[in-house]
Amino acid sequence: MFSDSRSIFAGAGIALFVATSATAGDSDPQEFTQIERGRYLAVLSDCASCHTVAGSNQPFAGGRAIETPFGNIVAPNITPDIETGIGSWSDDAFDAAIRKGQRRNGSRLYPAMPYTAYTKMSRDDVLAIRAYLNTVTPVHNDVVANTLPFPFNIRASMRVWNALYFNQGDYKPAPQKSAEWNRGAFLVDGPGHCGACHTPKTFLGGDRTDQYLRGGFLQGWSVPDITGDARVGVGAWSAEDLVAYLKSGHNRVSAATGPMAEVVSLSTEQTTDPDLKAIATYLKSLPGKQDHPQTLPKEDPAMVAGTAVYRDQCSSCHGIDGKGVAKLFPSIADSPMVKSDDPTTSIRIVLRGARSVGTKAEPTAAGMPSYGRQLNDAQVAAVLTYMRNNWGDAAAPVEAADVARVRSDTALRPD
Amino acid sequence: MAKTLPKKDVVIIGLGWTGSIMANELTDEGLEVMAIERGPWRDAPTDFPPSYMQDEFRYRVRHELFLRPDQLTFSFRNKIDQAALPIRSWGAFMPPNGVGGGGVHWNAEMWRFLPSDFVLKTHLTERYGASFLPEDMTIQDWGITYDELEPFYDRFEYLCGTSGTAGNLRGQIMEGGNPFEGPRSRPYPTSAQAQPFSHTLFGKAARDLGYKPFPQPSGNLSQAYTNPLGLQMGPCTYCGFCEWFGCSNYSKASPQTTILPYLVRKPNFSARDHSEVTKINVDKSGTRATGVTFIDSSGVEWEQPADLVILSAFSVFNVQLLLHSKIGKPYDPIANAGVVGRNYTHQTVSTVNGFFDNKKYNFNPFIGSGAIGMCIDEFNGDNFDHGPHGFVGGAYMGQVQTGARPIESTLVPPGTPKWGAAWKTAVKENYLSTVKPGAGVHGSFYAYRDIYLDLDPTYSDRFGRPLMRITMDLKENEIKQNKFLTDKFAEIIKAMGADKLAVQYRTPPYDISTYQTTHLNGGAVMGADPTTSVLNRYLQSWDVSNLFVLGASAFPQNPGYNPTLTVGALAYWAAAAIRDKYLKKPGRLVDV
Amino acid sequence: MDKNDGDHLRFHRRELLIGAAYLTLGLSKAHATIIVDHLPWTPSAGNPPLAALPGPWMFFTGDEGRTIEALADCIIPADPQTPGGKDSGSAIFIDRQLAGSYGRQDGLYVRPPFMKGTRSQGHQSEKGPAQEYREGLAALDRTCKAKFGGKAFADLSDPDKDAVLKGLESGELALDETDGKAFFAMVVKDVQMGFFADPIYGGNRDMVAWKMIGYPGSRYNYLDWVNRHNERFPLPPVSMTGRAEWTPQTR
Repeated sequence: MFSDSRSIFAGAGIALFVATSATAGDSDPQEFTQIERGRYLAVLSDCASCHTVAGSNQPFAGGRAIETPFGNIVAPNITPDIETGIGSWSDDAFDAAIRKGQRRNGSRLYPAMPYTAYTKMSRDDVLAIRAYLNTVTPVHNDVVANTLPFPFNIRASMRVWNALYFNQGDYKPAPQKSAEWNRGAFLVDGPGHCGACHTPKTFLGGDRTDQYLRGGFLQGWSVPDITGDARVGVGAWSAEDLVAYLKSGHNRVSAATGPMAEVVSLSTEQTTDPDLKAIATYLKSLPGKQDHPQTLPKEDPAMVAGTAVYRDQCSSCHGIDGKGVAKLFPSIADSPMVKSDDPTTSIRIVLRGARSVGTKAEPTAAGMPSYGRQLNDAQVAAVLTYMRNNWGDAAAPVEAADVARVRSDTALRPD
Repeated sequence: MAKTLPKKDVVIIGLGWTGSIMANELTDEGLEVMAIERGPWRDAPTDFPPSYMQDEFRYRVRHELFLRPDQLTFSFRNKIDQAALPIRSWGAFMPPNGVGGGGVHWNAEMWRFLPSDFVLKTHLTERYGASFLPEDMTIQDWGITYDELEPFYDRFEYLCGTSGTAGNLRGQIMEGGNPFEGPRSRPYPTSAQAQPFSHTLFGKAARDLGYKPFPQPSGNLSQAYTNPLGLQMGPCTYCGFCEWFGCSNYSKASPQTTILPYLVRKPNFSARDHSEVTKINVDKSGTRATGVTFIDSSGVEWEQPADLVILSAFSVFNVQLLLHSKIGKPYDPIANAGVVGRNYTHQTVSTVNGFFDNKKYNFNPFIGSGAIGMCIDEFNGDNFDHGPHGFVGGAYMGQVQTGARPIESTLVPPGTPKWGAAWKTAVKENYLSTVKPGAGVHGSFYAYRDIYLDLDPTYSDRFGRPLMRITMDLKENEIKQNKFLTDKFAEIIKAMGADKLAVQYRTPPYDISTYQTTHLNGGAVMGADPTTSVLNRYLQSWDVSNLFVLGASAFPQNPGYNPTLTVGALAYWAAAAIRDKYLKKPGRLVDV
Repeated sequence: MDKNDGDHLRFHRRELLIGAAYLTLGLSKAHATIIVDHLPWTPSAGNPPLAALPGPWMFFTGDEGRTIEALADCIIPADPQTPGGKDSGSAIFIDRQLAGSYGRQDGLYVRPPFMKGTRSQGHQSEKGPAQEYREGLAALDRTCKAKFGGKAFADLSDPDKDAVLKGLESGELALDETDGKAFFAMVVKDVQMGFFADPIYGGNRDMVAWKMIGYPGSRYNYLDWVNRHNERFPLPPVSMTGRAEWTPQTR
């Protein structure tokens, strides 16, 4: 177990020098500090969510299938097992994988491994992660590195992809910004790799940098805008709101569910408060796209129908005024996610229900019931259109065809 | 041959209110706790969502949340000299099943007992003399006082976020609350629920008659609340689907809303559902439990060994399991010896329905919560002089109507035909202007020598075990009490402005087919004397010191209040005894 | 037991949403669910009631159906504002119920021996509702044919039907081999139940009964109405399958 192997080093009080690590700038030669730093960076980088199989007792042992638009990729075993893990890797090889996307045999990793973001970390950072991973229980688990279907099985094509989309290099602070802002930018663009989900992708799977952090689509979920946009981003949230959301999964407006629930419980719940504040400061500083769609008039048939459905059903939890109950039922009226351009997640939640994340600070983990059987496509579209247009800034209506598409897309999904 | 599972520190039989409370307390001590529940896991978004939970037919008529008699039932007779017959479908009570137990579908009415209730025998004897009590009445003192239990009442009230108005704050009588209640150490965690029209009207009528009405203390919350475990609850929205229904919007106190999400996160807690404990195993000496045997839904038998056994399966199932496990001496009413099955009680309830002029009154009766209502307590316990009346005990009474679901709430005034055009017209004219309190008079049911539980000689369950047999009838004391109280209640309904009343007394014989609350108590009572109780004052078995039995089975008799607040308080009280005393030195906490 | 309070990386117990919602015990062949670490969850979970679909009788024969419809219309006659028991669907309600678990006495304790008990000992008959309806309807028609020159109940005039039912209700008119009073009480209960239940069960078509009495249906939030005393609640009733206003009215 993690704690047992760690105690060998900490309890013994022996300072070990790791030969290949350059500890420039780190005046504390004790490995404990580096390991703890690496543990925290691994939390920030959320290594566990890809490299640990759901519900297993074997952290970082790999074998979990990562869903990408191009097919599933199986994450490797990164425990220090010599045969099937990375125990025999040199530090240089480890660093090349994390920050350059290079495998030991010289071929390239798919960017499902977000080296395009991890490149922002320093070599020191990466070696700290390595030091931490060296203390994890070695697990014999031979994960066969699979390949995507043709033509993506030609890893050599990654060279072209990298040329288009990979900007190698550590994070360079912006001198005119505060230390806190820079820390936030580093966390978001580096280990946090938020853009991996929250920035939309080109058809080749690279970032659409002109839409940086303005939301995307992944694994059957639409991913919200997290810029400072007041309507669809986090602009109307205070820094405290954002910190509360990341730390506990809940705030007065919203609750984390779907893939974000996992990010909270494995990563942001264990991130320090100053780091969460830095992330909030950075995100809120990003200019939003500031669209102002026209509000649908109340007499629109979808609005009339949506009013009825909302009052008869949704108001039981989300309130007659749409404001919900803080930390329990999200505020539809204030929710930027509800107004996202891509309504897939809202549709999913209505059709299939959702479990919000339970954390130490907020253990309730309230659930949203599934309405897919009771409401047909037109009714779901109407109530979502109502929710998007009845309070504050508007959003484009949702069509019955959108709902039908999400219904069939998600029919066979396990999540 | 049962297969044996790895040992746990604690095994908990039944994951309802008391099982959840105890599991949370003991996991905080670092113990490995396994809870075994006969019924299914239950959770609001998946089992009672607002898309189909409001279904009177399914949940009130077809009893869908309750135990199936096919899975387990009882046999019943009024008198010892009769043959008991099985309860083939539920009537007088609705036994719970599933995680959360009765806590899922109760009304969340949260009443403390009176200080005098805990020392009832002593109190009544002192005031009226021993000969005032019926000869066959077997009431007892509890072995615990109200003052000892007060901090635990407070604890459970705050766990649930109870909405109420204090009546006695540390000895000071407070306006708007129940002036008869025992002293409480602090106010309720949330303010009382707002009262709909007819409930408000009852309060006014009661006040005009000189009574002191107060809002019923409610576990359906008046506002959003964060409980001491960090769990969030929402405000009750008065849907009118409370008793026998699960709550869709996290506003009714239940194990699901107040404990389980927090408990389940602990690494030293786990629960099994669809697993029925059939026996508590004891060692050869018969004084130490070794664990339990249970059967899963495939009929496979397992043994769960444990150092500490908590029996928290609901009152009557507790008694049944003790009888089947041969723990404690079964009660014999003829010999007047033995304890398991003794002092079994129910609740004496009745009501008065009022029909008002629909041109003057529109009650919107479908707006309600489970514990709504303005009540008076002048006639409960020993709050009034019983000398002239010739009975003991009493009731709170109130307009406590929880809603107006149409199948059961389309009443017609007395004398109206029960079908046909006249019936249809009367239904239409009266629905919105009828006051239908439900259990408007909620009275005590004291204990008697020949009202008890034992095992049936003829009928058995699906495992071949004998059914537990209920012998119960309505006694002269309760009949008199109920007549007196119901007449008082009728006066208030009349004073509200009703044109016609339908007075429904509780009359003998005790009828197993008519619902009279699911407040089943006794059978494994607590007390100071092992010859008249199964448990000591800490709810520890006198016979098996590593067995604690939680629930209303511990009540020596039933006062005129709903039981759950006291059930929960006693669970906390027992948990404190285990944590502070038992774990440090396992063994008997009270010398025999 | 692992007591690492400072160890936040309990990912060996964390649910990761893609994958199973909760553990089933690995060892041996346990057949219960173990709940550990998190609240169970599956998408689209839920157990809504089965709708009674329109169509031919599932339990009644054609003659029985006719009799039940006639009974329903006596018990709840039609009037200009509100349909009667037949048109509102009470007979369909009863038919679907008798064809299902209610008719079969599912879940009840039906072990022998069956003995006659006191009234306070409740229902002790081996016969379930299905059998009681079958026998009761047959007995009713036999009695009517004997008394009214070969006419079955459904063929009697309205006054004659009412007279028969009043006779059953008071006990003056007996049925052979059947307790007529109990049978009629059961039919009244079931017809009226179907009338007031949610329309999904086959009766109360279009919520006509709820409209008649002013019951708003399966609404959930009355917080804005609790303190509005003695005012008429204005919203129309809604059932579990919604109401017409839920569907956008496009021209």
